[in-house]
Amino acid sequence: MTAYLTALRAIVLREALRFVHQRERFVAALVRPLVWLLVFAAGFRAALGLSILPPYQTYITYETYIVPGLCGMILLFNGMQSSLSLVYDRETGSMRLLLTAPLPRGWLLFCKLLGSTMISILQVYAFLLIAALFDITMEPLGYLAALPALLISGLMLGTLGLALSSFIKQLENFAGVMNFVIFPMFFLSSALYPLWKMAESSALLRDICAANPFTHAVELIRFALYTQFNGWALLWTLLATVLFMALALWGYDPARGLINRKG
Amino acid sequence: MSTGLSVTSVSYSYGAKQALRDVSFDVAPGQFAALLGPNGAGKSTLFSLLTRLFTTREGSIRIAGFDMSRTPRQALQKMGVVFQSQTLDLDLTIRQNLSYFAALHGLSGREAQQRINSSLDRLQILERAGEKTRDLNGGHRRRTEIARALIHAPSVLLLDEPTVGLDAAARQSITDHVHRLCADEGLTVLWATHLTDEVFDTDQLVVLHQGRILAQGPSATLRGDTPLKQYFLQTTGIAA
Repeated sequence: MTAYLTALRAIVLREALRFVHQRERFVAALVRPLVWLLVFAAGFRAALGLSILPPYQTYITYETYIVPGLCGMILLFNGMQSSLSLVYDRETGSMRLLLTAPLPRGWLLFCKLLGSTMISILQVYAFLLIAALFDITMEPLGYLAALPALLISGLMLGTLGLALSSFIKQLENFAGVMNFVIFPMFFLSSALYPLWKMAESSALLRDICAANPFTHAVELIRFALYTQFNGWALLWTLLATVLFMALALWGYDPARGLINRKG
Repeated sequence: MSTGLSVTSVSYSYGAKQALRDVSFDVAPGQFAALLGPNGAGKSTLFSLLTRLFTTREGSIRIAGFDMSRTPRQALQKMGVVFQSQTLDLDLTIRQNLSYFAALHGLSGREAQQRINSSLDRLQILERAGEKTRDLNGGHRRRTEIARALIHAPSVLLLDEPTVGLDAAARQSITDHVHRLCADEGLTVLWATHLTDEVFDTDQLVVLHQGRILAQGPSATLRGDTPLKQYFLQTTGIAA
């Protein structure tokens, strides 16, 4: 067991060191949700009226509504960013080094996932801090309660990135991931608008949003930020994590030889 | 053979394209074997199978007595690898890179640091342990990778064209170094290359071409009075 934990610590530490060396990436990752929060939300505040819906107990501003969705956005983009770096690692060879360690491949991939998720969570808290400076605050205990929700959501989106990375042949194909995964996942969710609003436009779109695991990750975070528990969202997020992890393990199965697949 | 490296009847295909056909060879403990083949011979495919980056159902691979398909973790534990492409994190120091690798092999704390020091010392780069790998030249980066591959005291060392991209002096230095490691410490070495001047007469030679083994045996015996380069070109049919 010690060997497992030693490897876990080293892989997480390596992710942290990488993060320290790429501070620009940290800032860049914060700019995107902050633009949505401080520009987009401010502009749409008047256009989108929000009624009281759980977990909120009173009318809220649009800026307040989209904060959990933007936390999810950070996790989503970082999950995809780490999938990009995995494809890069695969091409440069450092993924080979990781996968030839004498430990189960599933454990090694999980360690890598956990490391990148922890960096994402740091970014989410930095975002929440800046939002609080602009007077967009959650419940004080909610910041703590959100931690496990962020971890589970981050792992779910990380496993999605991991699964995708095993199927992306080359770095050049990454733009397709942006178009076909990130944007639909983000816009077809409750991140920017509640599902009942979407239902007013189209029942089908609403159903798609309801099936989207990203919606449930956002709702899990939203409820946690108000110290409430959303069991359905948790279940859905966990199910998606298991499914994506199984896909990733299949994708990285040495019998399939994807690690060395030529594009 | 209970130790060393043993490859028996290994075949592998990428879809319809067969990359390896019935490849078999043994490397005795403490022996330096050069896997000589032109580009596209199947060397990298064989290395991927030897390091379990992918697996095949056709044939078997044993590392230090451990079967790669039945006991992969024990086999990997006994093996050090230097990949063709560079696998150092350039933003980290030499010591950080090696500590990371040591941890992947379950080594940490004082024991890891002692092994890192001794491994770097063996490759004569201990005094540069605190430098970022980005600041090292190609030869020193390769030395770092070899030092890293030795931290967990493997009995088999695999090197996939480790001198690619190095100048003549660095190439010779690395080649001599690994030969010495083999002679002095009893390491079993498999060195893939397409350059005949990296093969010594005392080495075991395995000639791989178009996925098949064309010849194997002591280099001096195989080449006889013919220069190795000429022998290699004749054997592979590349010579005009």
